[in-house]
Amino acid sequence: MKPITPKRPNIDRESLIIDVRRELDMPSRRLFSQRILTLGGLAMLTGCSLSDNKSVETFLTRVSRVNDSVQGWLFDPTRLAPTYTEAEITRPFPFNAFYGVNDAPKVDGSDFRLKVSGLVQSKRAWTLPELYALPTAEQITRHICVEGWSAIGRWGGTPFSEFLKRVGADTSAKYVGFKCADDYYESIDMPTALHPQTLLTFTYDGQQLPREYGYPMKLRMPTKLGYKNPKHIMDIFVTNTYPGGYWVDQGYNWFGGS
Amino acid sequence: MNTLHSEGRLDGAKLTVQPIWVRISHWLNALAVILMILSGWRIYDASPVFNGFTIPSRFTLGGWLGGALQWHFAAMWLLFLNGFFYLVMNFATDRIRSKFFPLSPSAVMRDLFEALKGHLSHADPSKYNAVQKFAYLFAMLDIAVLVLSGLAIWKSVQFALLRDLFGGYDFARVVHFSAMSLICAFIIVHVVMVALVPRSLLTMIRGR
Repeated sequence: MKPITPKRPNIDRESLIIDVRRELDMPSRRLFSQRILTLGGLAMLTGCSLSDNKSVETFLTRVSRVNDSVQGWLFDPTRLAPTYTEAEITRPFPFNAFYGVNDAPKVDGSDFRLKVSGLVQSKRAWTLPELYALPTAEQITRHICVEGWSAIGRWGGTPFSEFLKRVGADTSAKYVGFKCADDYYESIDMPTALHPQTLLTFTYDGQQLPREYGYPMKLRMPTKLGYKNPKHIMDIFVTNTYPGGYWVDQGYNWFGGS
Repeated sequence: MNTLHSEGRLDGAKLTVQPIWVRISHWLNALAVILMILSGWRIYDASPVFNGFTIPSRFTLGGWLGGALQWHFAAMWLLFLNGFFYLVMNFATDRIRSKFFPLSPSAVMRDLFEALKGHLSHADPSKYNAVQKFAYLFAMLDIAVLVLSGLAIWKSVQFALLRDLFGGYDFARVVHFSAMSLICAFIIVHVVMVALVPRSLLTMIRGR
């Protein structure tokens, strides 16, 4: 009736425990297993296997949001980024986008209208000549890319705070968002939007902003990394709802301050 | 055997070479430094400081630039907070003076030659020889340079003084990379020495 089970050899548990203990008490044995563990641990860390883990990803994203707050706290609204001389400008200034230079959008300036929406008093759209008539400002500053390289360029336009004042933006709102002609989108914090070196730019190196650098306009912030500086801006909105960004939604840090 | 074991335990408190806070701090630091190096290599590869020199991506952490940055800026908290704890404890317990000083260049040279000839004794693991003192102080200083040059790169506008101290944004990257190379060299020598004197690993795990 009972299934035939092979008879297990009679193990003397006590002597086994003694043996294991002796093994573990030998430092060289223990050392060996510790080394194996360390090697295994290291091997696990390389490659990207660990990053694919959902909980690790969630944790890292959470830390990144903490880093947003820390950067917001570190940000000094009166501290200026260093400026440079014309001789220090990087020539040619590198083109950089998530597409090739030939795919940069072609925007027709003649019937262009900049849309403004969200927490603003005036939602009237702006023509380019109207924008060009705003108070002017220029800067020669360092553009720092998230990849690590940097280049010095010369941008001209109007202080973004002047523009926000004219549209009656609620400057107690958290975010200013941008939608671009190349389907790029980005958002920034209000203190940076009001920073004196944050310019809505229409020129590069004294010329009308070329197509590859963001015609008809680019928001230039020397206090933020390159990917935070949207080009080909079509829409500007003020909001308290976190809008994210093209790269930010893929994992780049949102604040992206320098 | 049982009596031997309990005797060892009785003496354990007196024989402790590395207090528990040193051990915890050491292994947390090891983890943080490894995470920083592996993710840092991936970030480096996105735009190499030295033209043509890149690190094979299979040795890196993060999968892509965005992932590597997330790792780097998460592990930095572990490195920073643990390093801060380590330094505070070192000064509070006076370990920094009793373990690492006095130290003179001539003593380092003498012990270095003795070590190369294989004459250096490791009979008393509670005392560091001059080469060890120098190497561990070097590691502390180098990590400090890594943290500061890293801050200069991360916040080159906000930390203007640090940026200028490291010769501007671009040069701070060179300093950061060089300090990373030096800590890698330290790790290699450190691990080789531990393999040659395995008892030192035991003191860093069980304290004696």
